[in-house]
Amino acid sequence: MVGEAKQVLGDLQGVADLETRNKMTLIVFSGDMDRVLAAFNLAITAAAMGTEVTMFFTFWGLNVLKRKRASGSGKGIMRRMLNLMNSGTAEHLPLSKLNMFGLGPWMMKRLMKQTHLPSVEEMMKLARESGVKMIACSTSIGLMGLTKNDLTADVDGVAGAATYLGVASESNVNLFV
Amino acid sequence: MSNVNLRGKRVLSVKADDVLDCLGLYCPVPISETAKKIKSLDVGQVLEVLSDDEGIKMDMPAWCKATGNELLSLEEDNGTFKVYVRRLR
Repeated sequence: MVGEAKQVLGDLQGVADLETRNKMTLIVFSGDMDRVLAAFNLAITAAAMGTEVTMFFTFWGLNVLKRKRASGSGKGIMRRMLNLMNSGTAEHLPLSKLNMFGLGPWMMKRLMKQTHLPSVEEMMKLARESGVKMIACSTSIGLMGLTKNDLTADVDGVAGAATYLGVASESNVNLFV
Repeated sequence: MSNVNLRGKRVLSVKADDVLDCLGLYCPVPISETAKKIKSLDVGQVLEVLSDDEGIKMDMPAWCKATGNELLSLEEDNGTFKVYVRRLR
């Protein structure tokens, strides 16, 4: 069986030599639970394989990094409304399909518990422990009227597109989720 | 590295120094736990990983290759996989 697996890997080797590829970036644009789970899954696995992983959270993805009851700076009625209507945290993310006003995520969480799959919060913790860097997009923060105090302590920094592109150009795997 | 037992099955002559039970757990947990656990072993020691996630068949060889550890064997028995990994670095 090892022989088989080694052969398949040997075939893959022509495409990518894993040993020389050791940096990865992920843009987490979506704030949907299913997409965010997929992003964390890859980040954790890559970190376990010795890859240096940086995750950039932007737009709806910022919800993952938001503290409970993050209210924003309260600048302007539109921002207040936005934060009121977009009040998700890592624990309360909708599903991209079959959300059914929250019934979908509730069922998904139960299923994940039954299959011993880590939740978004647990995945975040795992990612932290394995050294995954998490960066919040400064533009999205400004647009949504958030402050650094609205974000969890898991955030390593706040940065913009140039920082992302800088890291991405050094990386071999760059994903947009 | 392996011998044949009385039933004609190949068995490992290597003894595992530690066992990681990942039964009932799915990707990415078996791999991330293996990465954590292997650090508690000395270089040269062998970790036995138990998993019933089919993905381990491809994932563990890939992980070993990426991290520079040695995959000694990967046996399947009725849906349960026993993987032996030697820590090399």
